[in-house]
Parts: sequence; structure tokens; C-alpha cells
Amino acid sequence: MVVAHDFLYQKPSTLQEALNLREQYGKKSSLLAGGTDLLVNIKESRLSPDIVIDIKGVPELSILEKRDNSIFIGSAITFTELIESPLIKNSTPLIVEASHTVASVGVRNRATLVGNICSAVPSLDLGPALLVYKTDVVVESVEGKRVIPMDKWFVGPKKTALLDNEIVLGVLVEIPELKNGTSYMKLGRYSGEDLAQAGVGVVVSENFEYKIAFCAVGPIPKRALKLEEYLNGKEFIGLNDELSQIIQSEISPITDIRSSKEYRRHMVEVMVERGIKLALSRL
Amino acid sequence: MKKIVLTVNGEKRAIYVEPNDVLLDVLRDKLGLKSPKCGCERGDCGACSVLLNGKSVRSCLVFAIEVDGCEIETVEGLSQNGLSVVQEKFIEMNSFQCGFCAPGVIISTTELLRKNSTPTREEIQEALAGNLCRCTGYTPILEAVEKVSHDNKENHNHNINKLYSSSDIGGSDE
Repeated sequence: MVVAHDFLYQKPSTLQEALNLREQYGKKSSLLAGGTDLLVNIKESRLSPDIVIDIKGVPELSILEKRDNSIFIGSAITFTELIESPLIKNSTPLIVEASHTVASVGVRNRATLVGNICSAVPSLDLGPALLVYKTDVVVESVEGKRVIPMDKWFVGPKKTALLDNEIVLGVLVEIPELKNGTSYMKLGRYSGEDLAQAGVGVVVSENFEYKIAFCAVGPIPKRALKLEEYLNGKEFIGLNDELSQIIQSEISPITDIRSSKEYRRHMVEVMVERGIKLALSRL
Repeated sequence: MKKIVLTVNGEKRAIYVEPNDVLLDVLRDKLGLKSPKCGCERGDCGACSVLLNGKSVRSCLVFAIEVDGCEIETVEGLSQNGLSVVQEKFIEMNSFQCGFCAPGVIISTTELLRKNSTPTREEIQEALAGNLCRCTGYTPILEAVEKVSHDNKENHNHNINKLYSSSDIGGSDE
């Protein structure tokens, strides 16, 4: 298919140049990293930017490194780079586990974690992982830098807190201090390639502090704060009626092409139980 | 129009592209490489896979203008000195029927084996999860790659390095 829509293409080599272009074109500009969502959106006419700004030439955006007690993941870092990084594996393994479930190798070689959170689809696999680790999104415009906590980042399906003149530099993921076990449970129609019907991410620390988040069972990926509060300090034995009620009150799934809301509601309980048990076994 | 220079199957090529030219179309229509196939055009099917700087990518989801200065390999390149071990095994095991998905599967398999010459069944399944095949039910494809993995285990390391080093991507006559 020939892409009918015409646009300018710029690949700035400095952050300043990129920010200037973004300031100049605002919402008429699209940022290009992996392009696995952007090309589909342009091809299918959901987006028709005047300019595509390829950020892969900006050195600051290709950084993956430890900064104090956090890890900085630049906007141009692909899922494959995350999966292959010993730093990520040793300090925030849930990111590796969740990244393995994103699409396929050929997409992961190109697609970026930051692109994923900018697309902000309700089913995004990295949503739970970034929510259960303490994560900040670092953005910049010509006016300066801004830090947006992950739980303020998603504002609706496919909508984020990013302004039209801003560029995401990357995310800062805090490395948990205490010894912990993690798990990501993904429900798909078949193993490999499918979007999540439901997803549950869990971090349990050795003092039984629980962090749990969902994707694909509400308009945005979301922490399950009431559920965490109920579980904190207790060793998890299994589901009970009270827990089931709390879980149900935390989610608001819809029926779509991938599954019915009833199925999602049922499965989330099963996945929470399995996810917590798996995370505990990895402590 | 912008001039880009890229290395395609070991050969340097300079071409003019528009910003909205998709790599798949450029490979097929401007460079005459017909092995990458146009399937779903949205990154789901894997038929358009090519190796970009050694990594498999969906050429339907890359703008040609992005690959200025990059290296691209297609099945034409992998088999320019004769069929690769992978291709031979696919033929021997009768892995394909219509063959439309084959170039993508060969690309994904080649990428996997260059990284890990003796993958397990699970690793093979993960590597090929993004290549859809509507004919075979996958079994003969997975079995062929498993066979290559098994042979590699038996053949041992120096042979393996020889077979999958990028300087000898065509494979050997074994």
C-alpha cells in the first residue's frame, strides 16, 4: 500500500533541534521512534502529520543507564534492548517479563517502551510493570523539563498527559529497595503476538508489601490500591469472597472483539491469584 | 525526493525516496527484491520481514528514508551462494505449502540461529510467533528448525560459527 499522505521528514541530531521543531509544528507533528504504531496510524488515516520528527538521531534518547537508585530508559530504547539488558534483568525483571509478551520479535526489534506508553492503548503490556515500580515520565519542551508520575500519565484511552510541544526524554524507573518477587500474567487468545485480553503485574517485597496493577480491564492501565491495602502485611494464601469483591470493584472491563467483560472479570481473579503466588515463589 | 545510501545484500545502493515511501515498497519496486511479501501491511503477519542491521523488522512498518546508511539483508542475500542450511532443511522437511510466508520465516529463523545456534522448541516458537502461516499448521516449520538446532548441537561449535557468521551467510554445501 502506498502511503497517500505527504509529510516532511526531519531527523534532528540534537535535542534542541528536535524541541524547536516540536515547538514550531505542535500537534501537526508526529514523533517517530520505532514507528510500529505510527506507520499503521498514518496508513489507516488516523494521523496525518505535516511533519514526522525521527528522534533516533538524538543521543540523549538512546540512553539506558542506572541513575542513583533508578534506571533511565530513553525514548529510543527498543523492547529487544530491554530484554537483552543485564541491568534491567537484575534490577527490574518485571520489565523483561512484560516486554517478552509484546507482539513479536520483529516488532520488538523496532518498537520502544516509551512509544508504547505514548500510544497509551488500554491493553499496553508495560502499563502494569511501570505502575508497580515507581516510575516517572521525563518530558521536555523549549520551556523546560517536566516530570510526570506514571499514575498521572494516562488520562484516557490513547490519551496521555504529554503536551503538543513536548518530547518524552524517557522514563525513570525506581529500583525497589527490598528483596522482591515479580510476575506478569497476560491473557491472550493464543500464545504469541496477541494483544492482552487482560494483564496483571505484581511486585511483592519480603515484608509482604504488595503492588498490583492491571491493563486491558479498564480505560487505562491502573494500580489496584484497595487490593494492595487489603493484602499488605499478610502472607497470601488464596482468594476469598472479600478479595473477589475488592478485585471486582477495581476493574471496569468492556466487551470487545477479544473477549466479553464477564470473561475478563472472571479471569482477572484467577490471574491475581496465580500472579501473586508466582511472584511469592520468586522472592 | 531525498537520496539515501544503503547496503543491500552486501551491495551498496543509492536511491531516491520520498518521506512517505515504505521500505517494503522500495525493496520490491525500486530495488527489485521480491522475497519480502506484502501481507497484512500492519506488522501482524511477518511476511515482509527483512534483516535491518542484523535484526528482523517488518519492512511494511519502516519508512525507507529511515534506513539511510543501514544494512539490509533479504532472502536473496542469504541464498546468493546457494541455499542456506535453514532453507535446505525446510525443503527436506516439506515445511511449506503455498510458500508466501516462507521468506519471513527464513528471516526470523536466520536471526534466531545467528544469536543462538541451538534453540529449544520454546525459543523457536517465541522467535517465530510473529510469522503467520495459513497452510501448514506450523508443525513442519517448527520441526525443521528443531532439526537444524539438533544438528548444530551434534556438529559442534566451529562448524556452527562457520555456518552462521555474517561473512558466510550463504551457508556451506553440507
